[in-house]
Amino acid sequence: MLLSVENLIVKYGNILALHGISFHVNSGEIVTLIGANGAGKTTSLYSICRLPPPEAPRVVAGDIKFQGESLLKTRPNEVVSRLKMALVPEGRHIFGNLTVMENLELATYSREKGAQLSEDYARVFDLFPRLSERRKQRSESLSGGEQQMLAVGRALMTGCQVLLLDEPSMGLAPRLKYELFRTLKQLNEQGMTILLVEQNANLALHLAHRGYVLDTGTIAASGTSEDLLGNPDVKKAYLGG
Amino acid sequence: MLATIIQNLINALQWGSFYALIALGYTLVYGVLTLINFAHGDIFMVGAYIAFFVATFCLATIGLPGWAALIVTIPLTMILTSMVGVAIERIAYRPLRRKGAHRLYVVITALMCGLILEHGNLALLGASRKAFPSLINEQVFTVGGVTFTNLKIAVIASAILVFVLLQWIVTKTRVGMAMRAIAYDKFAVPLMGIPMDNIIVATFILGSSMAGLAGILFAMSYPILEPYMGALIGWKAFIAAVVGGIGDIRGAFLGGFLLGAVEILVVAFFPSTLRDLIAFTVLLVILAFRPTGLFGIAKTTKI
Repeated sequence: MLLSVENLIVKYGNILALHGISFHVNSGEIVTLIGANGAGKTTSLYSICRLPPPEAPRVVAGDIKFQGESLLKTRPNEVVSRLKMALVPEGRHIFGNLTVMENLELATYSREKGAQLSEDYARVFDLFPRLSERRKQRSESLSGGEQQMLAVGRALMTGCQVLLLDEPSMGLAPRLKYELFRTLKQLNEQGMTILLVEQNANLALHLAHRGYVLDTGTIAASGTSEDLLGNPDVKKAYLGG
Repeated sequence: MLATIIQNLINALQWGSFYALIALGYTLVYGVLTLINFAHGDIFMVGAYIAFFVATFCLATIGLPGWAALIVTIPLTMILTSMVGVAIERIAYRPLRRKGAHRLYVVITALMCGLILEHGNLALLGASRKAFPSLINEQVFTVGGVTFTNLKIAVIASAILVFVLLQWIVTKTRVGMAMRAIAYDKFAVPLMGIPMDNIIVATFILGSSMAGLAGILFAMSYPILEPYMGALIGWKAFIAAVVGGIGDIRGAFLGGFLLGAVEILVVAFFPSTLRDLIAFTVLLVILAFRPTGLFGIAKTTKI
């Protein structure tokens, strides 16, 4: 088990967001968390990333472990620099006042000296040729799809081995959506572990090996993607019949 | 006529240099923390006092010549003043940030820090003013009816040098890139593996050391020090930063020089008692037309 969330109870202020959920991600897997708005998907990711306040959810009980070691005391930048987990946040959060290249460069901030950056740049530009064309452009001026590519590319430049994605398909045209998911598959085949949060359950389950269905802060169902896709309750609630 | 214009221009640049150097600290910290660090004017005051002690120590105790004392005083004052800025950040602002306190409380904390610096100084050193020792021979040059001193030129040159240096830091270095990134989207910065606190400390080092530099230059130009010297000039520099567009380094300099120019012009044509009244009125008018300042951009949130 690479990453495990154990009986996690999380509050925002006085509001209970996660009622003691457990899930895990094995090395090399694609795992997806699906569920409706407000189910606690993003909260789960933020908890794992140890984001600072005010966005941060407060862990009341339970634990999050990375290779068996609790990361509740880990600083958010260490989650990236030491544990090699990078989040692609919902809404992309690219640095619009920086160029595409500067966005990517900034993601290498905490990489050890002498890291093979040129290989990583090559990989990002290979996955997303559009970014290469626009590397000198202010990233604010990119289209939504290109911004999403940059958000993913930027996460890859941190040298991550685990990629956490929050609603990456949101706001993308269908063609771009499929393109992005193909890229994720490709990354996974190269050894990247992926934890994917999606509202588009169908798309997510077709990509992932396993999935968890979240419902108002609890795990309503879990299993392999085939199981979940065949589960009549899941079908009814999340896959449009 | 031309000589008068150039004369006033030099005076305005020199006077505006102090505002610009101090405004920088406001703008840098605002850019990174969206905090108006109201203690900054008093950090300038502390800088001037540190310069006083370092210079006096060099001259009287070690017996260095004036120029050598100056060479020691400048870097030492900048380092010590930046330590004061960083200490305030560590003691006062960081605990609040850790708890996710609302900005309002941090601003009030900043105001209190400023007052503590002022009154701490008063308590420690007493109310008597200090005379700053002269470190260089002020030489007066007159070229075609325009009078200036080597010190005035040095002040203007320092401000311009600082501007170029800071522009370089902010646009070309990784720490500068991180500062710009924080200004745009604080949320995503730790996600890049960037230790936010280090960037914040770097920002306070930059801002406070420039306030320290302003302190030395100010003390050399107007060699009377008193605990409240930072209050009004700090407020004015803050306003200069806002008029320039807070969060933008170019804005801080432009605002600083603009405020300097307005003040000098008012004094050139009106009784000097009207100086602050007219200067602030002009700034108010500018803000009425451009509420975000000359270089400021209204923050839009993309969904």
